[in-house]
Amino acid sequence: MASVTLQSISKSFGATEVLSGIDLAIADGEFLTLVGASGCGKSTLIRIIAGLEPQTSGSVLIDGKPVDHLRPHERHLAMVFQSYALYPHMRVFGNIALPLVMSRLNLAERLPVMRLFSPRRRRVMAEIERDVRAVAKQLQIEALLDRRPAQLSGGQRQRVALGRAMVRQPAAFLMDEPLSNLDAKLRVHMRSELAELHARLGTTFIYVTHDQVEAMTMSDRVAMMDGGTILQLGRPSELYARPASIKVAQFIGTPAINLLPANAAADGTVELFGSALPLRMRRAGALTLGIRPEAIVAAPPGTQRAGLHMLPARLRRSENLGAEHILHADLVAPASGTIVCSYEGDPDELTHDARGIALLFPPDKCHLFDADGQRVDFEPAVASVRALHA
Amino acid sequence: MTAPRRTRDRQRLIETLAGYGFAMPAFVLLLLTNIVPLLVLLYLSFTNYQLGALDWHFLGLDNFRKALGDPVLRRSLTNTFVYVAIVLPGAVGLALLVAVLLHRRKRTRAIYEVIYFLPVTSTLIAMATVWQFILHPKLGPVNGVLKALGFGEVAFLSEPSLVLPTLAAIGIWQLIGFNMVLFLAGLSAIPRDLYEAAEIDGCHSGVDRFLTITWPLLGPTTMFVIVTTSITAFKVFDTVAVMTRGGPMGSSEVLLYAIYLEGYQYFHMGYAAALTLIFLAFVLVFSILQTIVLERRVHYA
Repeated sequence: MASVTLQSISKSFGATEVLSGIDLAIADGEFLTLVGASGCGKSTLIRIIAGLEPQTSGSVLIDGKPVDHLRPHERHLAMVFQSYALYPHMRVFGNIALPLVMSRLNLAERLPVMRLFSPRRRRVMAEIERDVRAVAKQLQIEALLDRRPAQLSGGQRQRVALGRAMVRQPAAFLMDEPLSNLDAKLRVHMRSELAELHARLGTTFIYVTHDQVEAMTMSDRVAMMDGGTILQLGRPSELYARPASIKVAQFIGTPAINLLPANAAADGTVELFGSALPLRMRRAGALTLGIRPEAIVAAPPGTQRAGLHMLPARLRRSENLGAEHILHADLVAPASGTIVCSYEGDPDELTHDARGIALLFPPDKCHLFDADGQRVDFEPAVASVRALHA
Repeated sequence: MTAPRRTRDRQRLIETLAGYGFAMPAFVLLLLTNIVPLLVLLYLSFTNYQLGALDWHFLGLDNFRKALGDPVLRRSLTNTFVYVAIVLPGAVGLALLVAVLLHRRKRTRAIYEVIYFLPVTSTLIAMATVWQFILHPKLGPVNGVLKALGFGEVAFLSEPSLVLPTLAAIGIWQLIGFNMVLFLAGLSAIPRDLYEAAEIDGCHSGVDRFLTITWPLLGPTTMFVIVTTSITAFKVFDTVAVMTRGGPMGSSEVLLYAIYLEGYQYFHMGYAAALTLIFLAFVLVFSILQTIVLERRVHYA
């Protein structure tokens, strides 16, 4: 078990900079997820931590000690690959045993003919077998030890890859999109298994994914990456509740956040499609207003409710998810744009032939971003008081 | 018989005929190019037919009986096996070595590939003449170098104990390029992930990576290379015909050359046909054996 610290890690491939000055401190036993769209540099970063790729500058520390000069196996990290990278010619037992064989036997004891002359080999192999079986039992793959990877299902391969990582009790686990090759149902299942595994082992997990649901559900902390930098680092709830920028807001949460053009008037009042919201900004200027689908209440046309801002819209399409519907609605003049929101109920009872509906949302649930896409804080309390006195 | 059933039968007949019709051109070609010549060969091997002769007799198994006791055949078989025994490990091992060394080179790979592949593209008969010059005791550069280094003159092609290894070395030189290309293809098919996983699992030396990943995963390629190389080596002819003519004193007489002598020098077509059948039987047994033995070890994918 160990902490992992990254100090201003940069990486360039020729003229292209894929990572620029990444600083990140991962605590011992923490489950940290690097999340971002493909090409954001998250895989490169985890490969630098593993030692598979040299960084251009910066330093990787494990338990406070720099490991930049160490080869991958000397860092005592284990990695689970997206493709699982199981050795196809070895049985499951051989796959899980390999890290132990490499570390506990010397070259002569491993060579095909030489090993027959080693008296120590038998004893060590017996120990290795015991350790492999213990790990296999934890992962419930004891029955598969004699199979070859080709004879396994995707989920079973995933477990074997985990077993190979667990067997030598690494300082930290590195996982590079380990669930992306599984079908949707199995992915949900393995998600909870991985979270349980982390809780049981208590080892540091560094997990790379492009799937924000994986990031949200499993991690202690999430580092959202884009363009080679960390946009925001925090607990999943923080990223969701207070996204630091439009990019984070768009990436985290399904369905994605609704973004509408807004602006702050000269006196700081936030205006959305010409009507004032009870929110105040320090500075005037163009804004982007974000509102999460679940913060919006859909109601029959013309509905007004105290404390909620209303936008008239026309229902375009609804998706039935069973427990709720996802509504897609076009805003009507003077507003324009599309809104996605969730609705617990039958959308047919909401509206009639004209498909007109009212979309209501509490203004203080809005996220406001400035022209650069950075989060800006508003002052709802003051604004509301002012609105009351007006 | 009901009407629908009759229609069905008719359809089936048409389908059968169409099937045979489509298969026919390929079958005729196969018959003309492979099966008929093989049958002619089989028939000839039972006769005493001589090239150009107007009549011949049916001898039954006499040719094969003669072959069993023929010292020339025995010697040429032994020589052929010695030749294969040198060429096979040399051409496979060195090609694998070259391929592994070239595989990760980026800029220089193409150049080296061409260099190693050149012997494959050249005509071996022409190259044999060049080799004859290179190895010439008086004029050849090899002996020039040896002499400059203070060694004695070596008669590579006229010393009975040296001639087979020398021919084998030329055989290896000619085969490496082709085998290297096959191994390179095999190497590129190994996922990079596996090497990275192995690196993290502790295979940090080249030897470990080779033994853990490269060698086992090249199994299917290696099997193919071994089979093709041994068959090619078994068919050695050009270098012998051009450089040594089986000499000195029959020490480089190989199976195909013996067959050639019987058939086209002594015109014993019947006997040559019998020897050819023996040759084919060897090649067949060879490939079946290797396939069975190696198949057991490489079946995983």
